[in-house]
Amino acid sequence: MASILDINRPAGIVRWHFFQMSVANILVLVATLALFALVRALPFERLWRRGSPARPWTYFCALAALALLIVLMVSGLILAVNGSAWWHDSNLGLFVNSVHLWAVELFFALMVINLAGQLFTGAWRDGGTRLWLTGALGFLVAIPTALTGYIAQQNFDAQWIAIEARDGLNAIGAGAFFNTTDFGQMYTYHTLVLPFALALLVTAHVLLVRARPVTALLGSNAHASVPVVASATPPAAGGAHL
Amino acid sequence: VVALLTLILAVLLSSPDAKSSTIREWSRQQPVGFLKTVVYELGGSSGTAEYGPPYNHASEGQHAAFFSPQKWAGVSHPIDTAKDLVIDPLRANAGPELQAEISVYARVPLSSKEDALNNAEATLLGYQAGSRQRLSPLDSDGSLAVWPGEYKDLNQILAALLPLAQSGGLERSLLESHGRHSSDFTKPLLLMADGGWLQRRAKAEHLPSRQWAMMNETGSYPGLPWLWPYALLYQIEPFKSSANADLLVWLVMAALALAFVCVPLIARLRPRSIPRPSVAGGRWPRPLPFR
Repeated sequence: MASILDINRPAGIVRWHFFQMSVANILVLVATLALFALVRALPFERLWRRGSPARPWTYFCALAALALLIVLMVSGLILAVNGSAWWHDSNLGLFVNSVHLWAVELFFALMVINLAGQLFTGAWRDGGTRLWLTGALGFLVAIPTALTGYIAQQNFDAQWIAIEARDGLNAIGAGAFFNTTDFGQMYTYHTLVLPFALALLVTAHVLLVRARPVTALLGSNAHASVPVVASATPPAAGGAHL
Repeated sequence: VVALLTLILAVLLSSPDAKSSTIREWSRQQPVGFLKTVVYELGGSSGTAEYGPPYNHASEGQHAAFFSPQKWAGVSHPIDTAKDLVIDPLRANAGPELQAEISVYARVPLSSKEDALNNAEATLLGYQAGSRQRLSPLDSDGSLAVWPGEYKDLNQILAALLPLAQSGGLERSLLESHGRHSSDFTKPLLLMADGGWLQRRAKAEHLPSRQWAMMNETGSYPGLPWLWPYALLYQIEPFKSSANADLLVWLVMAALALAFVCVPLIARLRPRSIPRPSVAGGRWPRPLPFR
């Protein structure tokens, strides 16, 4: 499926002293900040009849990221089942690959907003350590998961990113088992090993969120927590976070 | 909503899919540059030949004081550039006469071939500089008649390798050197990277911008913008001018990642001498303008 807007022309680069970044990458970073401002401004707490989570905006970012993870897994499964080369020659394949790409960009933006929200509101306090650990580790595992996806594309982008990424990995000795120029190995990491680890961490994270009440906000007098889903869970003593 | 947004972006903007670079395309478009790279591979002076682990022992790799993980990991993907990138693939496709020439060349120690290789390099550089403008260094009969007869074996190796590369045979042989069903593109990619072919195309696509390059994709598509803190470190001292920049940047990022994961534990290390805030019922004050 051809795109409606053609952005296949070489990208513009913004250069300022040592700063050099493509306009497209800058736009994604700016869009992430704009999304951050938007979710802070929207009255998410009104969606609850009573007792919304302490940070409804991060809760919604996390939910949206979870929805995108499902989109990523479904689109990734379609791409993998049809073979690694399918999307190069099929309009439907290109469309599914495009969904996969844009879901990744949005997924990272939402994850960053969620993590920033949790970090700067101190949501890791009062027994929220395990929840923070699963979230933070999930973010760190998502980075190589995405990197291996870009390298497993089997096109010039993949060749270029593989060559650019190998020096850093070789410098820390990881080249012995993580060879970016080996397509087969990168494809296995991307479709099996890393998604499995990510799915485990996300599942643990979601279960912990469901099992524990939220941590009170910084500066809040009411340290007693409020339930994640107000209608189902009664308020409990002690804090956790969301 | 976000799934719908993803679908809209996919329909509106699609995704990049620039065709892979190949040795076939490179050797056809830049035969002189290709042969020059082959000469460097034969002489052991290419980027891969001098890389060190995980390809060879030519250097110890990067280190920070006593910390040398690249050296400790060892040579996991051994590559002898002359043998693996040139001689072996040529042998796999050579007739008896060329096999004999290759055997003669392979028997001679590298030190005895330096004169021939230097001569070949100088001649090819002369072509590139435009002193002898030709599209191909091959004569009409297919021979590479640019060196004196004393370098006959090298001459024949290069003359045979160019058409092999131009037919796509070299790429196939490099790939199949890992096994008939291999999907390990390490050798063809390293050869193209050594020759600057990937970099040349990346430049045309506006991809390389020093160490920011890993974030980029072709066209005006975003790549991996969340790697910007990693890419940023390469632009500042002491990383920028360090020969061990990759390792140092990774160490800093590893420390930051560890601190990020251990935020709850680090917070518990607050010295007792720092008084606990008295506002908000003895709990933490509101230090930041978030809810």
